[in-house]
Amino acid sequence: MSEKSPQELIQIDLNPPRKKWMDPSVDFESRRGTWSYPGGVKSIEYMGFANPREWSPTDEDWKLPENWQQIIHDGFKERLGKYRSLRVFMETCVRCGACADKCHFFIGSGDPKNMPVLRSELLRSIYRNDFTLAGKILGAFAGGRKLTLDVLKEWFYYFFQCTECRRCSVYCPYGIDTAEVTMMARELMMLVGVNINWICEPVANCHRTGNHLGIQPHTFKDNIEFLCEELEDDLGITVNPVINKKGAEVLFIIPSADYFADPGTYTFIGYLMLFQQIGLDYTMSAYASEGGNFGLFTSHDTIKKLNYKIYHEAKRLGVKWIIGGECGHMWRVMHQYMDTMNGPTDFLEVPRSPITGTVFENARSTKMVHICEFTADLIRNKKIKLDPSRNDKYRVTFHDSCNPSRALGLFEEPRYILKNVCNNFFEMPENTIREHTFCCAGGAGLGNDENMEMRLRGGLPRGNALKHVRDAHDVNLMSCICAIDRATLPPLAEYWAPGVEISGVHELVANALVMDGETERTKNLRGESLKAETEETTDV
Amino acid sequence: MGALVSLVAVAVLALLAVTAVASDNLRLVFGAVIPGVAFAVFLVGVVARVTRWARAPVPFRIPTTAGQQKSLPWIKNSELDNPSGTLGVVGRMFLEVLFFRSLFRNTKVELITDKEKVNYIGTKYLWAAAMAFHWSMLIVVFRHFRFFVEPVPRVVEIIQSLDGFFQVGVPVIYATSVLLIVSLGYLLLRRLADAKVKYISLPTDYFALYLLLGIAISGFLMRHLEKVDIVNVKAAIAGWASFQLVAPEGVGALYFIHVFLVSVLFVYFPFSKLLHAPGVFLSPTRNLANNNRAKRHVNPWNPPIVGHTYAEWEEEFHDKLVASGFVLDKE
Repeated sequence: MSEKSPQELIQIDLNPPRKKWMDPSVDFESRRGTWSYPGGVKSIEYMGFANPREWSPTDEDWKLPENWQQIIHDGFKERLGKYRSLRVFMETCVRCGACADKCHFFIGSGDPKNMPVLRSELLRSIYRNDFTLAGKILGAFAGGRKLTLDVLKEWFYYFFQCTECRRCSVYCPYGIDTAEVTMMARELMMLVGVNINWICEPVANCHRTGNHLGIQPHTFKDNIEFLCEELEDDLGITVNPVINKKGAEVLFIIPSADYFADPGTYTFIGYLMLFQQIGLDYTMSAYASEGGNFGLFTSHDTIKKLNYKIYHEAKRLGVKWIIGGECGHMWRVMHQYMDTMNGPTDFLEVPRSPITGTVFENARSTKMVHICEFTADLIRNKKIKLDPSRNDKYRVTFHDSCNPSRALGLFEEPRYILKNVCNNFFEMPENTIREHTFCCAGGAGLGNDENMEMRLRGGLPRGNALKHVRDAHDVNLMSCICAIDRATLPPLAEYWAPGVEISGVHELVANALVMDGETERTKNLRGESLKAETEETTDV
Repeated sequence: MGALVSLVAVAVLALLAVTAVASDNLRLVFGAVIPGVAFAVFLVGVVARVTRWARAPVPFRIPTTAGQQKSLPWIKNSELDNPSGTLGVVGRMFLEVLFFRSLFRNTKVELITDKEKVNYIGTKYLWAAAMAFHWSMLIVVFRHFRFFVEPVPRVVEIIQSLDGFFQVGVPVIYATSVLLIVSLGYLLLRRLADAKVKYISLPTDYFALYLLLGIAISGFLMRHLEKVDIVNVKAAIAGWASFQLVAPEGVGALYFIHVFLVSVLFVYFPFSKLLHAPGVFLSPTRNLANNNRAKRHVNPWNPPIVGHTYAEWEEEFHDKLVASGFVLDKE
């Protein structure tokens, strides 16, 4: 947690300094808490990434390959030929400034290079210098800069200070997507071995064991069985988790954080209770034990490599279609990349809910359905019995996670579910939800502890909106559909809006879910009394 | 600093044009040769650029979704902000290109530090100025067709009379002439006065504004102050069209300034940020439908990458899998 108090941290000056942005300089030593440690040698070697070595951003010498400028230049050129997005985004920005104050990191830090336009200019200035006539002739007048070591250091600092949340892209009149620019910059940095460990290690883990956390199959099974035993002990509810079952109808893909740590585990148990109740013929996989994909924060090739296992496992197990759990960036990959990269999926069938008969036409090709789409359909068709009063101790708001919002547009499904499973639901201010939603500031590989000050700064817009509903409506629970959120929002809430807890949507579904043959429920999934304790003492 | 350098640059260009009045040869160069060449550069340059964009592949379908997706039939989707098909994309692009829909969403952040409050206030000034500038510009350019086409097309005359609806001044002052200069002035002032926008501005951002202002003001003055001999101008323009270079007679310095700055704009356009005009049509976050899961998008260069296969995984964790009671593919 940051040493500064929220009152201190919020003293932010959004006015830019006198110094011109084109002169690069980042003092890493004095800015500890706002950057992430470099990728470890073991992970980089395992993945075959470039230039494994021990180094620190505070070092003068970053131990780059001798011809690193040439490597980046060539890599840049290659990508300009492969991605229309990059070409158009490098050439169309007019610096109108509409994006300037849309970034949570800018709002929380006041650092002008966190304005999306300048973040992109860091790359664009090199583009102009290397690839445009005007930049070659006019140099700085036309906005061109040479790629020096200081520029690269600045890239590292600021492109690992972007969570690829795409909020700025909503406001850009040309749709310039800083996430795309950041992805390209990170790919280029990967070519010379400039990266962070909180991305490289999960990537290596995921490639080897199947999940970011490096949980091996026996532990995967143990963890899940333990969670189920706990449920049985606490609530007397029995669920039978299914793992690696051939011939199941549905393959269920989850973010690994859900079966690893609170409060994700409650959501995980929520999924299993729901499946148990409706009798879904599903299986999880100890091999495809990760829906998330930190390849998205590494390179397009790595996305494809890590995503490979999903369809590969679906084919091996002989399932008909796939359901995916609550996870943000996982869904960006599943929705926008998976089918293109690892399809087509002629061995699967168009998803059809065996409970309601609904055919998920929107997943006709990819064959993968979001669990919120699946559950919303169950509720709509009255296939599950719900008692929302079991969530009455919660006054709930919903945090739209970046990727389901701005890469899918999944807004109504989770809200429909929440309004059916709890009685007290309140929206945060309208400029902070849905397509305008603010990031948790810990996505895209930045949710590590050494970066905590930056996370809290970037978390200010979300935290402040949360504080608003806490104060106005006594909101005490923020629900979300992202595993990274469930890991990063608790410290954010504790800092900016103390008293608000974080949950997944399916935790609340499971609390409200009336199961066959159940005994009267007195506790929720967290083992807490269903009634708020303060209520009992204040009631007359 | 950049603002000043750009101002000087445009002023020098304007002065350069003034020298043309002095000699017949220069009148021919500035009045006929340069505009002709500049226009050719503009056409070839823009076509070349757009072709290069269009030829670059779109490996992934990455629309930015700004509304509800189309999923279950009973959930109303937002077709214009999150198109599910071609029709929606056309609608989205139509609103984006003609009415700057994304810019219309603009908000301004307000940080009240002593109350620990962050507000987001809707702001439409930039949108309004951008709309005023671009639409005026379009109409002004369109009005110029009366110099190029004989007889003047009916539609040009209609637009012209609508534009002069207020009947102020002799000759009539067009609403768009005023709007053009005022909106450019606002955009320039905003760049200079808003600390954040000033900080992000490059010298070339000012250059484009000064250039456009120079063109607009010289054009305005020519119509209302100098009163250029239109017949001669038309004759010169008719000369370009038939590839016969004629230096216009009976026109003064303003005419040369106007035409030369337009020529500079033509040459500058394909090499600058002014390309945002065609660029907006090709932006993959706006011009693609969000139907990724319904319809497969094909990447023309999809690399043949294979991940860690199940067989490799099973082999690596064989003993642990056996000990945990997993059923293996390979015993």
